Amino acid sequence: MSHDERDEYPGGSSISRRDFLKLAGGGILVCVTVGEASLLQEGGQRRAGQGYPEDFNAYILVHPDGRVTTYTGKIEQGQGAITSLPMIVADELDLPLASVDIVLGDTDLCPWDMGTFGSLTTRMFGPALRAAAAEARAVLIELASAKLKVPADKLAVKDGVVYERSDPRNKATYGELAAGKKIERHVTPKPSPKPVKEWKVQGTPVLHRDARDKVTGKAKFAGDIRVPGMLYAKVLRPPAHGAKLKNLDASEAEKVAGVKVIRDGEFVAALHELPDVAEKALSLIKAEYEPSPSTLDDKNIYDHLLKSAPQGEIVAQGGDLKKGEALSGTVFDETYLNSYVAHSAMETHTALVKIDGDKATVWPSSQAPFRVKDEVARELGLPPATVHVISPFVGGGFGGKTFNLQAVQAARLAKLVGKPVQLAWTRADEFFNDTFRPAAVVKIKSGIDAAGKIVLWDYAVYFAGTRSAAQFYDIPHHRTYGAGEWGGGGGGAAAAHPFAVGAWRAPGSNTNTFARECQIDIMASKAKADPLEFRLRNLADERMKRVLRAAADKFGWTPAVSPSGRGLGLVCADYSGTYVATIAEVKVGKGTGEIKVERVVCAQDMGQCVNPEGASIQVEGCITMGLGYALAEEVHFKAGEILDLNYDTYEIPRFSWLPKIETVIVENNALPASGGGEPAIINMGAVLANAVFDATGARLFQLPMTKERVMKALEAAARPSAG
Amino acid sequence: MNRPIRFTLNGKPVSLTADPERMLLWALRTDLGLTGTKFGCGEGFCGACTVILDGEAVRSCQTPLKTVEGKKVMTIEGLEKDGRLHPLQEAFIKHDALQCGYCTPGIILTAWSLLRTNPKPGRKEILDALEGHLCRCGAHNRIVLAVEEAAATRAGGGSHESR
Repeated sequence: MSHDERDEYPGGSSISRRDFLKLAGGGILVCVTVGEASLLQEGGQRRAGQGYPEDFNAYILVHPDGRVTTYTGKIEQGQGAITSLPMIVADELDLPLASVDIVLGDTDLCPWDMGTFGSLTTRMFGPALRAAAAEARAVLIELASAKLKVPADKLAVKDGVVYERSDPRNKATYGELAAGKKIERHVTPKPSPKPVKEWKVQGTPVLHRDARDKVTGKAKFAGDIRVPGMLYAKVLRPPAHGAKLKNLDASEAEKVAGVKVIRDGEFVAALHELPDVAEKALSLIKAEYEPSPSTLDDKNIYDHLLKSAPQGEIVAQGGDLKKGEALSGTVFDETYLNSYVAHSAMETHTALVKIDGDKATVWPSSQAPFRVKDEVARELGLPPATVHVISPFVGGGFGGKTFNLQAVQAARLAKLVGKPVQLAWTRADEFFNDTFRPAAVVKIKSGIDAAGKIVLWDYAVYFAGTRSAAQFYDIPHHRTYGAGEWGGGGGGAAAAHPFAVGAWRAPGSNTNTFARECQIDIMASKAKADPLEFRLRNLADERMKRVLRAAADKFGWTPAVSPSGRGLGLVCADYSGTYVATIAEVKVGKGTGEIKVERVVCAQDMGQCVNPEGASIQVEGCITMGLGYALAEEVHFKAGEILDLNYDTYEIPRFSWLPKIETVIVENNALPASGGGEPAIINMGAVLANAVFDATGARLFQLPMTKERVMKALEAAARPSAG
Repeated sequence: MNRPIRFTLNGKPVSLTADPERMLLWALRTDLGLTGTKFGCGEGFCGACTVILDGEAVRSCQTPLKTVEGKKVMTIEGLEKDGRLHPLQEAFIKHDALQCGYCTPGIILTAWSLLRTNPKPGRKEILDALEGHLCRCGAHNRIVLAVEEAAATRAGGGSHESR
């Protein structure tokens, strides 16, 4: 497809690639297509002519000065793409990392992208950028061959200089070769053009290239952008989801000098040239609401979810459940609950919108700049091509910033007041408007035979989604059923929740892994088997066994039947192709119910590892964030009111919670790189629940494992009937 | 009502005409153009807005301008001297003690105030000092390592003093 055709699609880049090459002053441009449809499962809408795989998803430009710039629609939210993507390009082009620049998330300069989530950046863009860079190198070699009058196979490249192998003085730099050229090539990814053993930059630890700006305060986040004449806005928040505005008195707010109050239906905001004055003015607005009709709260929600579950589907099955049950010596029938949790990035949703006639510029804190472009265009009634989204650094996303309501609100206000408007949600706004990870229920019926082999597995998940739901053990008679996705979606799934829900770091998988790996441990304990040995016995997947053993070796695991009193838990999981095994050691305060995590060892097989340091950092981040949903995080609510609106009641992990964390990246260069930003978080619920059981004999079936829930479980375990 | 307020900011005298009840955070980020100090929660729970006031780490979202009059304020922008990073900044970079970087300025400044009064803190003292800071990306362990290394560097003569 030509770029001219492409630009007719809504949301297309507002400059064509040909213009782009002109603007860039010539050089060699390679456009690359990501060719895999499976990533669409992430919930990104595929649009005609715009989605993967038909269109171009990244460019590489070799400038006439020999530097190389990579353009992708991804953003940097702390996951390290700003470092890892240039590493890939540097290796393929035989350039030092310092010669490769990257432009992220600028909708005028970068090709369309669905968004930065699902640990897809390296998995999907790794192969694409590799192919583009390899093509750029091939073009440069062709040019060098002509210029140096040497056949291509007699040339070599080092640090951006092409030279004749037998006469290294006969040479040309990339800059000399690209100068005065306007060459455009299109490629699709092929298997890694360069073997791992030839990597120079990738596979070696590299420090994040944005680190200096982030330790000096220079790094710009959305709220740090200033444009002349801008106003800061604060938006009125209803007391509860479903509450209807009845009366409004803004007279006191309007008396504040310089304040502008906007009322557009139920949408009410105060604006001022200082953000704190806007906030103060908003607090002077008196608003009366009809209460929310919702009767749901954080206790009755689980029954409600089971009752309102839509028709689901079987995502995996084999054998015959009836036979499995007949073969079972012992059958285990359990129910697991998981709570709503907040994304709670340290940067709240923020956006600055500036409208100039029939054009608009947006600086959002967003994981999905191209989605912002479309949403703002729709709000303003402008063609998407006239909306330019520039992505500053994002202060954490975790899935929550794929939802861009703040940008739409800022655009609405900018249009109504005729000035640029910056809107930064307050922390209470952030909790109230968040798309929480959904509360969910998992029911599992499983069985083991006399030899301790799992023969039955009947698994039903409600409202977590089915990612990581299908079990990977060697079980002859099994079925996995899922009803209700994790996303807002349409129909029953969305209506069942009293507020918006959405992707939260490794959506679905946290709940599914919690349920599955607790159930496995329950069976291991009953079979009087060591949890590691029980898993190895019931696994046929050699890759999973290797990851489990790697974790066990690092930890120094010695076999024992749970509860051993040692406080050790062990789990394994498959997150979209990344295999991860975790072992944790805990201490449980028997009089307080407090869980102290002492040590966590995590082994991860993610195929080829581009940036081992970056991968370790992501694993550590996952383990730390995972402590939160496992031990403390839970959104409390009643009749549409969100009862946790700041960190006084919503606890996220703190320094004193941190265990010793050890990471093993299990080498596996036979497989292409898979994602690393999420897998390790999914094990944290089960590994800690299993460790608590091992320490105390008390089994928890609900996350988070608060002190109160632990105390209840301890009491239940102490009763003679608890068996 | 608005009146002139004077204090020392990163070693230089500043004066602004403002409501003395306004919080320092907003004056820094708007009137004074220093956006390295971050808004996180607005109620003093998260530490993202931490600055140094006469040597002590304070939450600028809870610090009215009237309380800084005549005093010395240092923000993250004031830590680098003549293009040379502070040992804490160096150590944060070396240990990759950050991901999204949003909580980083506040944490570095609290660590700075800890090292000022306790140049060789133990692990427990570092954890206690940073307990009031939230980091959602989970860089905690690397942050502690970075603070330990900066303390060691300072002990070896790599220190530079507050303004």
